[in-house]
Amino acid sequence: MNPAKIEAVRLSAWYGDSQVLREVSLSVPANSVLAIIGPSGCGKSTFVRCLNRMHELVPGARQSGQLRIDGKDLHASGVDPVDLRRRVGMVFQRPNPFPTLSIFDNVIAGLKLNGIGGNHAAIAEKSLQRAALWDEVKDRLHASALSLSGGQQQRLCIARALAIEPEVLLMDEPASALDPIATAKVEELISELKSSLTVIIVTHNMQQAARTSDRTAFFYMGELIEHGETEQIFTNPREPRTEDYVTGKFG
Amino acid sequence: MSLARRKMVSHGMQALCGLAVLIALLPLASLLWLVISRGAAGLSLAFFTELPKPVGEPGGGVGNAIVGSLSIVGLAALMGIPLGVGAGVFLAENGEGRFAAAVRFTAEVLSGVPSIVVGIVAYGILVIPMRRFSALAGAVALAVLMIPSLARGTEELVRLVPRTLREASLALGVPEWKTALRVIVRTALPGIVTAALLAVARAFGETAPLLFTALNNQYWSQRPDQPTASLTVQIFNDAVSPYDELHARAWSAALVLLLMVGLLSLAARLFARSRTRGQR
Repeated sequence: MNPAKIEAVRLSAWYGDSQVLREVSLSVPANSVLAIIGPSGCGKSTFVRCLNRMHELVPGARQSGQLRIDGKDLHASGVDPVDLRRRVGMVFQRPNPFPTLSIFDNVIAGLKLNGIGGNHAAIAEKSLQRAALWDEVKDRLHASALSLSGGQQQRLCIARALAIEPEVLLMDEPASALDPIATAKVEELISELKSSLTVIIVTHNMQQAARTSDRTAFFYMGELIEHGETEQIFTNPREPRTEDYVTGKFG
Repeated sequence: MSLARRKMVSHGMQALCGLAVLIALLPLASLLWLVISRGAAGLSLAFFTELPKPVGEPGGGVGNAIVGSLSIVGLAALMGIPLGVGAGVFLAENGEGRFAAAVRFTAEVLSGVPSIVVGIVAYGILVIPMRRFSALAGAVALAVLMIPSLARGTEELVRLVPRTLREASLALGVPEWKTALRVIVRTALPGIVTAALLAVARAFGETAPLLFTALNNQYWSQRPDQPTASLTVQIFNDAVSPYDELHARAWSAALVLLLMVGLLSLAARLFARSRTRGQR
């Protein structure tokens, strides 16, 4: 197994008085895909939002415990959340391209807004290719991003996240608003991405977790119940609650 | 109730609604008809380009008042739009704190202040210390009138921008202030431009704040610290004068004012429509 890219040590998180994560400890090897599964409200999204420090932007949100990337504490003094978010990209549940920008400008938005130079056209092409969208949009790069279908918009958002060359990509139910064909494309993409980065994908879809991930973590009521090799979680879980969930008895 | 009866009631109600619309449109139609019928005769190229002639001399126009109105409102827009839009963005982005509540309350109170009171205040704080009436004082009064509604309008428009766009930008490692300006405000911009154009159109039609700030002037005024003619004050002065010729000029000037305000409003609507087409 590769060395750990991401480590969480007894991570807890709250929104106001309600605790949504309870002492989660977990490590993710570099260049692997971790799937996080669990019923709604189990803290999956909160966990990934802690990893790029988006959690702390919600009024009343707080957390305790440690989070490390490459062994470095995310909350050490001197770590700027803005810099961190350039290293830890994120794709959201619903496609959220910038509506006023063209397809091309959406892809390079992260570069432009951050004042990062370089050959934007080449980066845009490469990112769109990595997101498996290039062939569909290469003839209309300057059309509005809203002219794309939902599945294409989501791949555009993936290309946008990839354009700033993150080391980690967080995907919060990236395919839940997509049709089966678009979902298949996004899943295929995830397997290809892990050669260059570490991916964490939150999903409600058990088959998706099984198809795309190397390791799977099962969250329930804010606790990490079990995590391990995906195959083991799905075929031979240690915890009865995990077994009940993956076999569809609850959730 | 039988079907026939329900149909009858429905038709009756539709007729009543139609009648209500007609009655509501009546004042507008009669206003337009009156201003056009009385004002159109006096319009000529000279009316737009020449200075007002004294009573008894034929010809002349209100060219200086048109230019004066444009420059006073232009100055007001230069001051009022940045402040109003800026305050609105601030309220939308930091709307929770006590300071924001105070700003919002102030804007609400300010938008209820009668325009003549704003004129008196501008008189007190600018005209008296400067010892002269000026376009600048008039522009300040108009700007103060523009700010509150523009601030609240901008706040609403910025709040309409989906939260997911803010998250998309922040997740790309864009700092919050840049996200606010280049993503959120950029997305709300067509609406803000429309709101600003409408605020300008409203300022264009104001008379009371200009009466004792910009005053009036029968000549071309070049300096913003001098008394300056405006269409509205020119209309007011002509209308209260005892001469028929000046009354006629007031009607024509009123028609010009109506056209200019109408064009501005139309531009605002067209802009809003062209920018929203093709988007959700």
